[in-house]
Formats: sequence, C-alpha cells, structure tokens
Amino acid sequence: MVVHIDAADLHYTPLNKQIRAAVRDGETEIVIDHVLGQRFIADGLVGEVTITVNGVPGGDLGMLMRGPTLVVHGNADHAPGNTMDGGTIVVHGSAGDAVAHSMRGGKVFVRDDIGYRGGIHMKEYEEKRPCLVVGGNARSYLGEYMAGGIVLVLRQGETGTFVERGIASGIHGGEVYIRGEVDEDCLAIGAKVLPFDEEHRARIRPLIEEFCRHFGVEAAPLLGADYTRIGPASARPFAGKYTWE
Amino acid sequence: MANGSVPLRYRISIDRDRCMECGRCVENCPYGTFRWEGDRIVVDSRNCTACHRCIAMCPRDAITLTEHPCDYRTHPVWTRDARESIYNQAKTGKIILAGMGNASPLPPIFDRLLLDACQVTNPSIDPLREPMELRTYIGKKPSRLSFKRGEGGEVELQTELSPNLKLDTPIMIGHMSYGAISLNAQLALAKGAHEAGTFLGTGEGGMHPAIFPYQENMIVQVASGRFGVDVDYLNRGAAIEIKIGQGAKPGIGGHLPGEKVCADVSCTRMIPLGSDAISPAPHHDIYSIEDLAQLVRSLKEATEWKKPVFVKIAAVHNVAAIAAGIARSSADAVVVDGFRGGTGAAPKVFRDHVGIPIEAAVSAVDQKLRAQGVRNEISVIASGGITNAADVTKTIALGADAVYIGTAALVAMGCRVCGNCYRGLCPWGIATQRPDLVARLNPEVQAEHVANLIHAWTMEVSELMGAAGINAIESLRGNRDRLRGYMLDEGMLKVLDVKPVGA
Amino acid sequence: MCGIISVVDRAGNRMDGSKIKHALSLMDERGSGEGAGYAAYGVYPEYADCYALHIFFDNIVETKGVVEALLRTWGTVVHDEEIPTYEQPNLKKIHTPWRYFFKPDVALMSGTSSPEEDIVTYLVMKVNTTVPGALIYSSGKNIGVFKAAGWPEDVADFYRIQDYEGYIWLAHNRYPTNTKGWWGGAHPFNLLDWSVIHNGEITSYGTNRRYIESFGYKCTMFTDTEVVAYLVDLLARKHGLDEEMAVRALAPPFWDEIDVMPEKEATLNRAIRLTYGSAMMNGPFAIVVANHDGIVGFTDRIKLRPLIAAEKGDRLYISSEEAAIRRMEPELDRVWMPRAGEPVIGRVY
Repeated sequence: MVVHIDAADLHYTPLNKQIRAAVRDGETEIVIDHVLGQRFIADGLVGEVTITVNGVPGGDLGMLMRGPTLVVHGNADHAPGNTMDGGTIVVHGSAGDAVAHSMRGGKVFVRDDIGYRGGIHMKEYEEKRPCLVVGGNARSYLGEYMAGGIVLVLRQGETGTFVERGIASGIHGGEVYIRGEVDEDCLAIGAKVLPFDEEHRARIRPLIEEFCRHFGVEAAPLLGADYTRIGPASARPFAGKYTWE
Repeated sequence: MANGSVPLRYRISIDRDRCMECGRCVENCPYGTFRWEGDRIVVDSRNCTACHRCIAMCPRDAITLTEHPCDYRTHPVWTRDARESIYNQAKTGKIILAGMGNASPLPPIFDRLLLDACQVTNPSIDPLREPMELRTYIGKKPSRLSFKRGEGGEVELQTELSPNLKLDTPIMIGHMSYGAISLNAQLALAKGAHEAGTFLGTGEGGMHPAIFPYQENMIVQVASGRFGVDVDYLNRGAAIEIKIGQGAKPGIGGHLPGEKVCADVSCTRMIPLGSDAISPAPHHDIYSIEDLAQLVRSLKEATEWKKPVFVKIAAVHNVAAIAAGIARSSADAVVVDGFRGGTGAAPKVFRDHVGIPIEAAVSAVDQKLRAQGVRNEISVIASGGITNAADVTKTIALGADAVYIGTAALVAMGCRVCGNCYRGLCPWGIATQRPDLVARLNPEVQAEHVANLIHAWTMEVSELMGAAGINAIESLRGNRDRLRGYMLDEGMLKVLDVKPVGA
Repeated sequence: MCGIISVVDRAGNRMDGSKIKHALSLMDERGSGEGAGYAAYGVYPEYADCYALHIFFDNIVETKGVVEALLRTWGTVVHDEEIPTYEQPNLKKIHTPWRYFFKPDVALMSGTSSPEEDIVTYLVMKVNTTVPGALIYSSGKNIGVFKAAGWPEDVADFYRIQDYEGYIWLAHNRYPTNTKGWWGGAHPFNLLDWSVIHNGEITSYGTNRRYIESFGYKCTMFTDTEVVAYLVDLLARKHGLDEEMAVRALAPPFWDEIDVMPEKEATLNRAIRLTYGSAMMNGPFAIVVANHDGIVGFTDRIKLRPLIAAEKGDRLYISSEEAAIRRMEPELDRVWMPRAGEPVIGRVY
C-alpha cells in the first residue's frame, strides 16, 4: 500500500513524524506531495522504504539517513545527502551547493547540474563506498577534502574542456571522474590526473548504468566516452608544510 | 687607567672534559677571544661580543656564554648601562655608537595586539585548499577609472595606470647597503628576494655589478649622500626609494665607519679608502615639502616616468602629516620606519630615544590619508622591528600595504644580533668587508635561507588570514576590526583605532 | 544566516506585497524573528518626484521638530504623515515610522553635478549621527522601505504591505550576527535610489567602512550591510561604473584568473582591482541591490552563500531558495544557479 502525505503548509517536524510513523508501521512506499522548501526530509531515517518527494524540498534532504530510497521530482536545495550513511537519493532536476557533504555510504544521483563543493569531505571504509553521480555539470571545489568514495560528473550536453577551479583540493582518498578533457589548471593542491584504464571504466560502469536506468537515458554513449580520472597526489598532501618548534 | 676596567660583558668558559681541542673556536673568532698557548686553548672573555660563532662551530657543544657575569648592586635608575655609558664617555668625551635596533626595555605594541578568527557567523577559510590571495601591488593608483563602451558592448579602459611593483607576498627586504653588509650578504638577499617573488633595497651604497643579474628585484635608494647615484643606477632598479630618514636614527643620516670602507666600497661610493662615509642629515636640496616633490619629479623625469618612486621617512611625531605631504608629491609609496628599525651604526642615544613605534605610526598615517580621501592612491610600506608573521599580519591590519624586514633577513643568514656591526669584524660574513670573513658566507646557501624565511612567513600570514575568513590581502589592509588590544591604555587604543579585548 | 528574496517586473507592471510576504516567511528557518523588511519601487506615484524620507522616531514629541526644522532649511516638505501601521501581537512598536515627501532646494548645494542627491545624503548622515532618537532609513524617490524587529509575516502585516504596489520588491528575513535585532538594523538598507538586502557577513567590513567613510559617508547602523549601499552609491553614482563594473569591483576575479585573460580584459580587471581594492568585499555573502532601473544579485567569489535566479515572463526573481520563489510564483519558465561573483541583472525594459 502506498502512503500519501500532503505536505502543503506542513512544517518539517510534523512531516518527518508522519514519515517515521509510516516506516514504523512497516510501510514500504510513501509519496509526499506539495513539498515546498521543507528541510531535513528523512533526516536520520533508518529503514528500507522508498519515498517519492513531489515538489522542491529544502536543504539537507536525507541527511544522516541509512537505507531509504528518496526520489525527488523537482530541484533539490542545499546539501542533499549530507553525512548520509546509506541508501539512495535520485533527483529529477538539479541540486545546490555541498551535495553529498561528508557522505559515508550510499548513492546520490542528480539528473542535471550541481553547485559548488559537491562531494566535499566524502569518506569511505571497506565496503562502505559512497558515490555521487551528476548528469550535467558541477562547479568549483568539486571533491574538496575527499577521503574516499567516487564522484562521477557526466557533463551531458556539454562540449569543450571542463574549466572550474579548485577541483579535489586536499584530496587524500577516493576518486573524481569527469567526462571529457579537464584543464590542468582546474586541479587544486594535492590532486593529480591519474590514468583512466579498462579497470576504471569497469569501476564506473555500474554507476553509469544505474544513472541511465533512473533517468531513462541511453547508456552506450556514456559508457564508451573518455573520462578524466583525478585522485590524490599523495596520502599526506600537506606533510611538507609543517615543522616542529 | 684611572677608573680601572669595566666588568666583563660576557664570560666564555670551555668545558675541558668535552673539548676535543680541534681549535675551531680559535680559527673562527675574529675578536681574539681564543688563542693557543702551547697546546692549550686560552680564553680572553673581555674580547667576546656574544656573536656565538664559536658556539655554533664547536663540534662538542663545549662552550658556554654567560652575560653580565659580574653583578652590580641593582638599582632601578642607575642601571648597568647608565653607569657604563658614563665610564665610556668620561674616558673618551665622544658620542657612543651602537648597532642594531632599539635595545631599551619598552614593551612592543605588537605583543599587545591580538588577532581575530571566524567561527559560526562566518566560516574560516583553509588556505591549503581554497584560494588565498597575497599578491600585492605597490605604487600609485587612480582615484577612479574612466571607461569607454564600444558598440559591441566591450568595455575599454581609458585611464592609464602608473607603473606598480608586483609582489607575490607582502613581505619585502629593506635597505641594507653594500658597505654596511658584505657583497656576499647582499647577493644572498638579492637572490632570496628573487626566489620569493619580492624585492630588496640596495641601501645607500649604490649597486655593485655583482647584483646586476637581480636588478629586476632591486629597489635603488637615493639617500642624502647620493652615494652611487647616477642615471644608469636609477634605470636599473625596479623602483627608486628616496631615503629621508630611518627609524633607528631619525633626523640624522647614514653612517658607515671607516673600518668597513674597503677598496670596493671606496669605488662604489666614490669616497676615499678607509674614511667614514657619513651621509648628511637632510638632503641638501630638500628643505621643505615642495622640495621633496621636486626631487620625486626629477627622478621620474630622469627615468621617463617608468619607475615607481618611494619616499622613506622615520616614524616621528608628525609622521602622518609628512606622509600626507608625500602623498601629494607624485610619490608612489611612503615607507615608514619605526623606532625599532635596525642599523649598522647609530648614536645610542638616537637609537634608543628618538622616534615612535611603527604600530602607532602606521595607524596614524593610514587614518590621516583616509581622512583626506587619498589612502588608496598611494601605498604604505611599514618597517621597524618585525620579528614574525603575526607582526606582519598586524601591521597590515593597522593600515600597511606591505612590510620591509631588515634584521630578520640577516638573522636568517646567521646573524645573532650581537650589535657589533660597526666594528666590521662580523664572523658570519654579514657586516664586514674583510675578505676572509666575507668568504664564510655562501650566497647560494644563504639565499635559500632567506627565501625559506619569507616563504614560511607568507604561509603563516595565509593561515592567519584564512582563520579570519579573509581570502585576499586587500580585505586585511586597515581592517582594525580584526585586532583587539590587550593591556593597552585607552589613549593608545584610540590612536590605533582598535578596541580592547572583550569589546 | 538570513533569507533574501527579490523580484523585478521588467515591463514595469506593479505587484502588491501580499505574495512576497509568504515567500519570505517560507524562509523563517533562516531568520530568528529579530528583523524583517521589505523595499518596494514605484509605491508613491502621486509624489513620484519627491524624495520619500522614511524616518523612525523614538517619540514624536522631542525629536520630530528638530528634524522638520532641518528639512525645511534645505527644501520643502510637500506632504508628511505617519506611515500607517496596524498593531500586531508579536511586534512591539518601539519607533513611530513617519514619511516626508521632500523636495530639496538645489540652489543651496553648489559645486556638484548632483545637488539633489548630495543634499539628501547630507541630511541622512546628519540626522543619523547628530539627532538622537531619529533615524532616516529610506530616502529615495518613489521608494518605500518597510522594516521592523519581528518575523516577516508580522512586519508585513504591521505595515500592510499588500496595500502597496511596486514593480520591484526586495525582502529580507534576518538572523543577526553582530547586534541584537533593532529596527534600524533590519534590511533592506537604503540610501537614495539604492536598496540592499544581504545574507552573510562581510569580513572586510573594517576595511570597507574606513574606505567609504573617507569619502564622507557615515556608518551608523552597526551592521555591515549598510556599507554595501554606500559603496554602490560611490561606485555607481559618483564614479559612474555600470552594474557589471561595480560588481566586478566588489567581487573581483582571482589574480590567477586575471593573469590568463586576453590582454585588454586583463588590464581592465587589474585596474579595477587596484583602484577599488578597499571596496572589495570578503566573507560569505549573497546580495541583491536595487535601483529604479532594476535589480542586481551576486555572491562572494567562492560561493559561500546560496543564490537562485528564476524567470517567469517579464518577472525575474533572485532568492536564497527556489522554494521561496515558487511560493509566490508556482510555475517558472527557467530556474538557474548563478556562478560565484557573477551578477544576475534584471533591468526594466
């Protein structure tokens, strides 16, 4: 059975209460309509449930959640997937700044563009390997402070070289893949262009396929395209800056 | 010897158990503190100047130095220094000279200023990972710009900008003349400045040909003695600085003791070998502010208006008014040297008692120029006792565009600030012209040390700026709101335009 | 944190304030109830050629006379009245807002090409620094600022902004960072033709304030945003920079970006940065500035604050959140996220 929640004029606390109540009752499908700016939807939610969000959610969508699948029909605001622990977020639209901030597990798929500082501080440990996949473009400081996980920017519809700045600044783990050419000047301190081989193509293949499934896009051209792979220049990028008294 | 000898300044002792009798102390000390007597090293502590050369060279750390080994009866007014200066003057009847900067126990204002950091209400910035702009342009700037818009919508700039110096860091190296320091020392500084993307002042000794390869990083000085000044010299420099005064001895000119006037110095300065090179107190063609404007323009004419011209003044009571006058004189920058500025030789009574601190001077100059609506049109460079990156940051927050370091650069090359520069026997090869001593300074190695220092401080300034949520140096300049005074009285806080901690 | 929203109808059609109140209150999470305000352009058509001076009086007995005498020395008061307000349970009426429709006497200010503006600026600075208990917080022609310490809905209902019609609206929901909320500290800040709303904190305030004060402006509102209005007045009105150049001075490109620009562009950008280094703003900010010709929105160079732009027909919206825009305009033709430091400009046709 599908649970319907009307979010019109509903504050996020009662909205989340209704969501949690449904999950506790064992519901597996929830649809929320007339969402307009509510923050913290599914914040800290644990469980196997699919939530469809119709409208424009506010910031920190799915923050700290572990397990649920959120499907958004509209643009997401600031930091969807913030410190997310597991589960999936699918945004049929674009998202703002700091998408997947400090993410530690799960996957975030954005159909269109994201803003600045996407994937900042993503981390990973053993099987917990978060992924952020962006269908359109991403802005500066992508993958800043990254310690793990994968950021994949497909740049559909974009031709020409990627020209944002500060990419993967301070990266010490994880990888950023960007379709097409990336100007050397875009890379920030600690980041390096690494070889992109069949091994890496195989690594991002399942992500591309899942992205295409979610948004009904043809996979072949994306699978066959060339990607620039960016990773850490060293595990201790700032060791050379400090000295003892 | 009517009054007998004055007690030892320093006592050197050798730990004979550790000493391996290698004799390096004897070889290295130019002052005659050590000598061989048979197979034993004998110490004559009276000659010691605390230059630390022996200590640095001893492979066994066997040498100890104690200051003031003999106590006087303690007295708050008749200090050791007061007594000994009188013994000296009674004997000689002369003006006492001293080296390096102000040695009187006045607390530095820098140590009573604390910096701000951002939290919550806005984010601090991490300079390791986000852009941090320390690039500084020194020179004249227009008060406004005029544009022309073309039909295609493109904008064309019509105002022509005066030439500016481009610095990668707001830290520059001040003027220390060839003569006061050795050629090797000056070469090391020039090379270090070049590597750090900044500039070095020639001082008033002219520019030796060995420095020509670095001329694009040199600021040539025109001081009252006009030593080494000809049109080629002016054209070589990246900028020209008219030295009116210096913080260590406001009101009097430079002084190079005859001990340091060797053949090369005699040639560069065009004065007799072994004679003292004393620069006059004023420029004898500048007796009023309009005369200064004339000198500025004459130098610009001579160099076809291609070089920025700076004017350096000592920080005195009406420094703000003088700076305002300089701002109207076509000069590109005013350099303010506070009372802690270093020197190779100055009368002690000037070094310790004349002039005002740079913290107060730069605040006063910045405020005065702002009040007159001209602050942005001229650059302000501050110097005088800047010892670390926090001092640099605070000086800029008080209103400077950039700073000159002097003593700090020499310390980077090994100087121990013993203050005996005027004797010309510097064992580090810095403040001497004696060829065997000069040879001890390796310009390549020391250039790296100097560049390292500037680099390290620049990184620290970046960190301090980032913590304060600022990513471009323009936004730190004159931003006293990011400073607070601790244990400064109300009057001082008002002069600095800084609030007390907690406010 | 604060929330901002602004709209311009580029065809000049006027809108009433009912919708923007709802849009602003959608962002109550961004505010703290200590301040909210609205500015509207085109609201006083019957007095369109008078300067509409909005003044907060602590009480109308003592200081009002002083202010009126001062105004009459410099020009004529064509009409004046208390700004109509309606009691709100959650809003304490600390000041009495009054409006004067004022015509300055240009003969009295000589040696300037903009005597009217100079007289009004002079009066604003003089009253705000020397007359205790009086504060001029709006001083443009056919412009009204309506603000107080309170939540957006309460402030909107206090002034009944739905009774006003303007072709440009700015609105701000405040979460103060430096002072307890007071009426004067709420945004929008206005001087003459310029109104400003701002989300963020200007870390270069100490530098910017001292720069602007060296040209005769006085900062009296204890809030960093005030400095933006004066900087824009200096750069745009006095120095003749257009919006793009002015934004370029306030949020310049990085030196390493300038270094790789084509020669002419590099020279131009370098000159702007050298000349206006002390006007450059640092710290996180999203700002919208309005004047009679339209609105300009821009963020700091490293995009520390959010900004969204959207269009529906003739109307251009700039706000902190898309949801806020959709609250007052559910269907949009186009929505986009502007780049850091690049202005979004909506000009009246």
